[in-house]
Amino acid sequence: MSIHHISKSYGPVQALNDVSFEVSKGELFGLIGPDGAGKTTLIRILTTLLLPDSGEARVIGLDPVKEFRALRKHVGYMPGRFSLYQDLTVEENLNFFATIFGTSVRENYHLIKDIYSQIEPFKDRKAGNLSGGMKQKLALSCAMIHEPEVLILDEPTTGVDAVSRKEFWEMLHRLKDRGITILVSTPYMDEASLCDRVALIQNGHILNVGAPADLVKSYSRHLWAVKASHTLRLIEDLRKHPAAYSAFPFGDSVHLALKGELAEGELLDYLSKKEHREIEIKAVEANIEDVFMELMAKKQAV
Amino acid sequence: MSPFFAFVKKETLHILRDPRTLVILLGMPIAQVILFGFAITNELNDVRVAIFDSAKDPVSMEISDRLTSSGFFQLSAETGKEEDLEGVFQHERVKLVVVFPPGFQERFYRNDNPQIQLIADATDPNTATTIVAYASAIIRQYEEEKKGSAALPYAIKTEVRMRYNEELKSVFLFVPGVITIILMLVSAMMTSIALTREKELGTMEVLLVSPLRPLVIVVGKVVPYIALGLIIMGIILGLATTVFQMPIRGSLGLLVAECLLFVSTSLSLGILISSRVKTQMVALLISLMALMLPTILLSGFIFPVENMPWLLQIISHIVPARWFIVIVKGIMLKGAGLEVLWEETLILVFMTIVLIGASIRSFKLRLE
Repeated sequence: MSIHHISKSYGPVQALNDVSFEVSKGELFGLIGPDGAGKTTLIRILTTLLLPDSGEARVIGLDPVKEFRALRKHVGYMPGRFSLYQDLTVEENLNFFATIFGTSVRENYHLIKDIYSQIEPFKDRKAGNLSGGMKQKLALSCAMIHEPEVLILDEPTTGVDAVSRKEFWEMLHRLKDRGITILVSTPYMDEASLCDRVALIQNGHILNVGAPADLVKSYSRHLWAVKASHTLRLIEDLRKHPAAYSAFPFGDSVHLALKGELAEGELLDYLSKKEHREIEIKAVEANIEDVFMELMAKKQAV
Repeated sequence: MSPFFAFVKKETLHILRDPRTLVILLGMPIAQVILFGFAITNELNDVRVAIFDSAKDPVSMEISDRLTSSGFFQLSAETGKEEDLEGVFQHERVKLVVVFPPGFQERFYRNDNPQIQLIADATDPNTATTIVAYASAIIRQYEEEKKGSAALPYAIKTEVRMRYNEELKSVFLFVPGVITIILMLVSAMMTSIALTREKELGTMEVLLVSPLRPLVIVVGKVVPYIALGLIIMGIILGLATTVFQMPIRGSLGLLVAECLLFVSTSLSLGILISSRVKTQMVALLISLMALMLPTILLSGFIFPVENMPWLLQIISHIVPARWFIVIVKGIMLKGAGLEVLWEETLILVFMTIVLIGASIRSFKLRLE
């Protein structure tokens, strides 16, 4: 899958701005960015649903603009919204999607056995009455039933509980092991580490592309996780410190990135003077979210 | 199973899984036919009438008897003075007052311009006209019996026959109209809603990213509704012929074929609408405003096309229902065949081809 200088705008809104990256065969590739970053637009262009304003793309060697009919046979697509028929049962949905792709559930059962067997006990239940996690499993089964070479998933884990999310990623890894190329978008930064490679996207711009570990290694600043009794005031005060590059909340602590060097004691003094209590400071390794924030800040500075 | 049949099966399941809509769709034609057949009627029954008889002679009383025993009129007030007139209309709710002047019998037999005054409540002009016509006919008949036609040597006697609907049953008028409206409703509105529902729920996205051709999606979507339309037509015709003894004088086969044609016209309209709008709500509103209103008002179902202002007459030409009503009336009441109705049929065929062409063209292969 390759994407070259794709741009797309809706009226005055530039949804995608000169986006380029490559996805290798058999790779589990993550498209990571917040809501409104342009993930869905890019995915819809790759799945032949939208036409780009400029630039071109290839998916399994086919052009989604000119060769959309051929491409539609080989792509498994799972849209962001639950897009199955809520008034049909689990089994009816699966049979329907198998048939319109010219295959049958029996023929390709082995492809979805892993996933489908988990929801098979509920096969007579209407899809609308399934839980969020089960809906995703059904949708994935439906997207997989015709043995696609590429699987494109738009925010499959949004609105799904933590356990189901974990299960879902395990399923993606098993599909990847079978040689299927997977492009998955997600707003959750912590899911980046589950991908082989990721593209970070923000406001229609690709910020960076690479293996999650490499991206994290490229992060050069010293990073501290700071905790105190009053988090909101803590952020404000940390940002006021001359050596601070950025400070933003991360879980129950605040990640402070530094411009240069700063001793732990100095920071402790600074915060004590500002009357913070229960202060905890420890150096941490950067994660993808830190990288993302750094890249975003750089982009905005330009 | 072929993708096409899978699609038809899925669509049928959608219809069956929504019993409320189904009940409305099947119940509506029954309710409409019965309403139009029994309640909304132009026929007269037991109209309340008051008689102000200042003559009180055998002739005036005989005429009064004739009126009240005809079954059309029911006596609710008698005698009284001219001044009571307003009160009788207001309080007794009579629709007609018959006034005999004093000495009526004498003038009647002397042929000295005998007069009976009929005063009708014209708040509903159509009913008033009908009531007066009925009363006049009864009085004229009495006169003829008494004097024989010889007494009126120079009078021209008109003999009227109401061909194709001897008893002037209004249900004969309404059944073709109801068939037209319901078929239009089911075909155009339901398909436009069913297609936009896929867009709204996002399932259209998945269907588009499948090897299904637009034609398969559209036709597969539409086939169950054609069946539904035919079932509904069967219900209406069954009711009309059994409960209201409406005849089908022409060929039933031709009638069904013409209905299928009209269903196709309406379906293609529905598909065209759905290809232009994004939500079910908009599809519903457009179907109602742009299809139902012209179908009811401009088709000649309620208001005769000939009586419309010329602009509306011209607009009525593009309303498919206008042609279809002529066809249904022709087949059912006049026993007409294709040799009479070919023009209307051709117009519908032409409309259907244009609309299907336009809707397939505007069916979007992508999301925008």
